[in-house]
Amino acid sequence: MSANDFSPLAPQAGSHVREVHDPLHGELLEVSMGPHHPSTHGVFRMIVTLDGERVMKLKPVFGYLHRNHEKIAENTTYLGSMPYTDRLDYLCSMTNNWAYAIAVEKLSGQPVPERAEYVRVILAEITRLLNHTCLAGFLMQDCGCSGTPLMYAFREREKILDLFESLSGSRMMCNYQRFGGCRVDPSADWLDGARKLTDNYGRFLDEFETLLTGNEIIMARTQGVGALSPELAINAGVTGPMLRATGVNYDLRKVDAYGVYSRFDFRVPLGAHGDVYDRYMIRVLEMRESIKILQQALATIPAGPIMDPKAKLRGFRPKAGEAYGRIEGPKGEIGFYLVSDGSPNPYRYRVRPPSFVNLTVLEDMCLGQTIADAVIILGSVDIVLGEVDR
Amino acid sequence: METPEQIRDRLLARFPGAEISVVANPAPAAQHSLLLGHAPAVEIARFLRDDPTLKLDQCSNVTGIDWPEKEIVETTKSTVPDPAGGPPKVVETKIKRIQPGYLEVVYHLYSIALGHGPVILRLRTGNRTDAVTVPSLTPVWRACEFQEREVFDLFGVVLTGHPDLRRILMWDAFKDFPMRRDYVAPDDYEWEPTPHGDVLEKAKRHYPVPPAAAPVAPAAQEAPKA
Repeated sequence: MSANDFSPLAPQAGSHVREVHDPLHGELLEVSMGPHHPSTHGVFRMIVTLDGERVMKLKPVFGYLHRNHEKIAENTTYLGSMPYTDRLDYLCSMTNNWAYAIAVEKLSGQPVPERAEYVRVILAEITRLLNHTCLAGFLMQDCGCSGTPLMYAFREREKILDLFESLSGSRMMCNYQRFGGCRVDPSADWLDGARKLTDNYGRFLDEFETLLTGNEIIMARTQGVGALSPELAINAGVTGPMLRATGVNYDLRKVDAYGVYSRFDFRVPLGAHGDVYDRYMIRVLEMRESIKILQQALATIPAGPIMDPKAKLRGFRPKAGEAYGRIEGPKGEIGFYLVSDGSPNPYRYRVRPPSFVNLTVLEDMCLGQTIADAVIILGSVDIVLGEVDR
Repeated sequence: METPEQIRDRLLARFPGAEISVVANPAPAAQHSLLLGHAPAVEIARFLRDDPTLKLDQCSNVTGIDWPEKEIVETTKSTVPDPAGGPPKVVETKIKRIQPGYLEVVYHLYSIALGHGPVILRLRTGNRTDAVTVPSLTPVWRACEFQEREVFDLFGVVLTGHPDLRRILMWDAFKDFPMRRDYVAPDDYEWEPTPHGDVLEKAKRHYPVPPAAAPVAPAAQEAPKA
């Protein structure tokens, strides 16, 4: 064992499990939360061992939505898997499409025209707005602010889904990206609609933040709850807003600079405590940065083809080899690992699901907290069970 | 970042006698990988994580690949002089060779501290039936904990040294490994032993004849209709 090892069985430094010495007080209670529980965001189960209200042990149970997505993808063509990537996540279909397209483009060396890169950035940032807004609403619902924040978030979600529908024909399962570009070219009207949404979104965020960010009850409920240390977060493969809430400056849009992200001026918000409040705050700040990226991208989007004319979709057979492509999804690093044997179907197709890996530290964050806090800690992780279980 | 060959040479200098080779990747992305032997794999992983020039502190992706045994036919051409004095004949001889199957676990490592990557590690099992162990890297990267459980669950690779090796996506009573290439889904996929089945068994012991088929009691026949 070296100093940088983090054993999953021993409680980590920073988490405080109360030891029970009182013989009258030693009864532990095992509670099965889920799989049908409104706070678990889907069919997800936690076996929680409680001492009074304190969480002494927490074991997540997965697999209720498992449909072996990866096996299905091995039995279909490369293009045939594109609509399946939508179904991983009901909020982030555009970024899932992009991550898969990037992996295939790495595998086959397929170039992407500039306009398509801009459209991808625009759609990914709108998806980030969509995901973070909904997550903030759900998190507040978990905290007990029933209704209002979630309804405000869903009002904005409708506007974004209308944009997605007018572009791709579908509100949630967009199936929009292709290897070497995008399926349809956004019209000038659509771009105007996106500009209007971007310009109005800051006002919505101001309103949202007036309600929530400085709210005394929310601060008392979330600050210092579910703290995660940066060392453990890095070691446990935590990515996305959860990692940055601990203060680690790691954003793939900056590190990998995939697509055309290097052309835009934006900052990476970082947290200091790694608690639930920081995770909420990081997402609000990331939305502000997304608006900045959107404004720049919508102002400078070039004309040109949306698909590479040499791109092959049907009868696409990449040469034997393998590639791992990843992007910064709203929930964290979403990656696709593809192995080709030269046939029309991938030999191996693997999704690196961000929320599945982020759940590794769920127990570490919940130890020593109350059961009611475990609910908001899970809410702040931002899981989607279609992606956890695949 | 160092090339895989440089990393291999440095590892060989640090761990003399270790089996390390570079697996080339012909795809345009050219993400070559390092194939490690089992014995010092955990130490090598810890070295890669703590080494100041590499600092691969993030294990991003862990997955398995199934390579079943494959029949490879090699054709060799040789020229045989014609005894009758004509032009020499070209004779093709085909040699069939069975390439043994194995399971493979692949790790994608990145450095958050230095912002580079990926370094790809591969570990292979001896075969697909009885020698399916591979050392677990969960003691080095917690990120492997659930992903290695998934490799165990779907591919049947036994990761020795994993602190909590259980099925994760399939249920505990499930027998097979669904991500293997030769997996065949059962016809009665939906069937699983549930409490409902036990209750039916118990009911059979209580009512040797099913209640519906039992003769109706005379009292019930004579009951007045309401």
